[in-house]
Amino acid sequence: MSDVIANQSEPTQGRWWIGLFLVIAVLVAIRAGIGEGMGRVYVQTESTSYVSTEGEGGRVSWSAVPGVTEDSVTIDRDVFRTAGQYRAAEAAAPGQQAIRLSWDRTIGLWLAAFFTLAVFSFLAGDNPAYKLTESIVIGVSAGYWMVVAFWETLVPKLLAQLAPDLVKAWCMPNLEGGAFNPVALVPLGLGIMLLSQLTPLGRHVGRWPLAFVIGTFAGLKMVSHVESDIIEQVRATVLPLVVSSEDGSLAAWASLRNVLIVTGVLCTLAYFVFSVEHKGAVGRAARVGVWFLMITFGSAFGFTVMGRIALLAARFEFLFIDWLWLIDPKGERGMSVVAAVMQSG
Amino acid sequence: MSRSIALLICLVGGLTMLVSPFLPMATGWANEVTDWFNILAAMAFVLGGGSLLKVQLMRLSARGPGWGYSAVTLLAFVVTLWVGLGKVGVVADASAPAVAWSGKPDDEGSAFWWIYLYVMTPITSTLFAVLAFYVASAAFRAFRAKNLEATLLLVTAFIILLGRTFAGVVLTGWLPDWASGLRLENLAVTIMDVFNTAGNRAIIIGIALGVASTGIRLMLGLDRSYLGGDA
Amino acid sequence: MSGTLDRRWIYLAMMLAVALPILWNGVTGKTFPESPTPPSQACFDAIEALPAGSRVLVSFDYDPASEGELAPMATTFLRHLMHKGLRPVIIALWPLGPTKAEETIANVMKVDFPDRVSGRDYVNLGFQTGNEGVLKVIGTDFRKQFPVDRSGTPVDRLPIMEGITKVGDFPLVITISAGYPGGKEWVQYVSSANPGLVLLAGVTGVQASQVYSYYPGQLRGMLAAIKGAAEYEALVSAAIDGDRVTAPKYTEARRRMAPQLFGHLLLIALIVIGNAMYFAQRRCKAVAP
Repeated sequence: MSDVIANQSEPTQGRWWIGLFLVIAVLVAIRAGIGEGMGRVYVQTESTSYVSTEGEGGRVSWSAVPGVTEDSVTIDRDVFRTAGQYRAAEAAAPGQQAIRLSWDRTIGLWLAAFFTLAVFSFLAGDNPAYKLTESIVIGVSAGYWMVVAFWETLVPKLLAQLAPDLVKAWCMPNLEGGAFNPVALVPLGLGIMLLSQLTPLGRHVGRWPLAFVIGTFAGLKMVSHVESDIIEQVRATVLPLVVSSEDGSLAAWASLRNVLIVTGVLCTLAYFVFSVEHKGAVGRAARVGVWFLMITFGSAFGFTVMGRIALLAARFEFLFIDWLWLIDPKGERGMSVVAAVMQSG
Repeated sequence: MSRSIALLICLVGGLTMLVSPFLPMATGWANEVTDWFNILAAMAFVLGGGSLLKVQLMRLSARGPGWGYSAVTLLAFVVTLWVGLGKVGVVADASAPAVAWSGKPDDEGSAFWWIYLYVMTPITSTLFAVLAFYVASAAFRAFRAKNLEATLLLVTAFIILLGRTFAGVVLTGWLPDWASGLRLENLAVTIMDVFNTAGNRAIIIGIALGVASTGIRLMLGLDRSYLGGDA
Repeated sequence: MSGTLDRRWIYLAMMLAVALPILWNGVTGKTFPESPTPPSQACFDAIEALPAGSRVLVSFDYDPASEGELAPMATTFLRHLMHKGLRPVIIALWPLGPTKAEETIANVMKVDFPDRVSGRDYVNLGFQTGNEGVLKVIGTDFRKQFPVDRSGTPVDRLPIMEGITKVGDFPLVITISAGYPGGKEWVQYVSSANPGLVLLAGVTGVQASQVYSYYPGQLRGMLAAIKGAAEYEALVSAAIDGDRVTAPKYTEARRRMAPQLFGHLLLIALIVIGNAMYFAQRRCKAVAP
């Protein structure tokens, strides 16, 4: 069947895709010139003033106040506004500045569209746009996880134990003033040993935190798997093979269901027993087990397809709704281009 | 010596987890040990970042093929770290507006949030979305009803695909109530409830047995592969 | 069909099968009717059964890669909880989970329930590293694992956390899960160790068939993939909106069922065509001398 699917020759392929990209670029340019255009993000600055009050134990708490006072602190935040809200504000007061175009978010939106198309371009084969995108996401992901681990775990759970006053003054003003906790030196020490693996000196010392992680993880997994996946799953399989209805008659479907589940589990387990040769009764049971497995894999395949298409739909929605402004299912802009075209037609 | 200490640490860590469900007085200890484990997991993110930095710098200095992409990765990594750790563009939290660093790094409007929304989100979600195309292509090329097993797999997939959409209602919604079990949407439920449950349950039990035996091997030091060859 | 088919025709067909229904839906606003399957109905019923004011632990165990399937579930779960007067305590086992949670809070709480206050009516406690290690600790000592909320306020000072010392103190736990750690780990480390606790899971299509084996014993309800999300969305809309028009942000999953339908039909057509070509080719080879 290798001839059923065949790529065209490379030069033809290259021309085909360059042509397609050009068509897309022209369509985007045309789309940008129609109606209200596309791909813009609006924001409004919300200013809130806060004043402090001292409560029990000298604890300071802040509350929002309507206006700016001498002792208040004001915080400005830019929040999203829709194109519809911008248009309404402009209609009410032309030239208003309350709701305005956000250049950084608009550039971000176009960049997001570029990244989306760049990843899709991999369908045509590896290319510089895809490679660039791939390189960026590797770096960003590693940096992102490090930052999250630092602010969400290392600061509140390690640094706040070791230097509570410093952390309170620096970034966690609501932290209760605690004392230095010497026990926190243990994970700090293990962590430093773990990081020493990056250096040639750390190869031996780096084994200890690794051994700690593996031992702890193995212990954790053993308890949970035995309890949840062996005991509880076996318990869920111990089902009555003959089920009676409330009136005492045979509940045929419920009985058949239970028989199928018990048979299915036993036969599939028989297939996984490799220390006994799959012959005779064991062989027949294993064969039935394979049928159950095939049905299981078929349902897994169906669900996997379902998941992938949902993700694809979400990306197309991003392109059509947020970037191209072709449709407006959320009612953020008042009228979609596709609807306008259809109505005019 | 280093190896023996590592094996001892592995055993003690594992035993602490194993005994805690049986000894209530050990629960506090187990929690403390697990908490260290969790903090080490955060350190592992730092280790991962450091490792990426090391590898990319080596590729960059070697000026091998594609070194430009390594430079891009490094730049993306450093910029993300800088804006995230430095809380660039983050405004103070409403609960402590006088403390500039009290805001969350991913607050709306911050540089870190911008990277999340306009870089991380589109790329990672599209990388997964693209698989829809490959699944379709692979299904066309390789999904063949060559024998009974393959046919079972294929028919099940069809029932799930149809039964989990409105197609099921359109195709078999006309069936009378006494035959409603044959409607595609109900067949899909039955497959999941009976056949899939039985098949997966056996897989789950099998995996659990494997996990338990591997755990014992690790704790007793019978499996030492994680220590490296020259340990 | 001349014996060869460029795979890009398949890609183009898939693109059209998914894109055109989105455009159609965007113009007409129509969605297919949904009738709930038992696992989705069980999710709805479990939340309905709770008295107002109950605390519910919600774990955002996903990231943007799976938001096409899971974000509609998260939105509808929070809407349902807030409408019932329940109080969600949000955590995350995935690094990007807290940001997804903030997005959902901004979308649901801050717009439709502006009178609800963070720390009293809901709270986001953020992410902690450790995967199942986190679940192990919160089994007996919740505050050790989550000592502060995302604003740095100690949980001891949050009214919503009053009396909560361990995960078993929550009558209901919901995980919105994209993989590891997620639905399976919540069953293994939390549900099995707390028999009285009700665990619900919203899972991706990839996870659904594995996690199904735990339902309805260790997992009381489950939203399986986008279809599960659409069913639950329909149930919640019917309960909250009645005959009124549902806000578009609460119909996201149902809108996605149109591209889903045509995508599935295309896939079936591709498999049928592929098989027809295969058997035709085999027959030709058998007939040929």
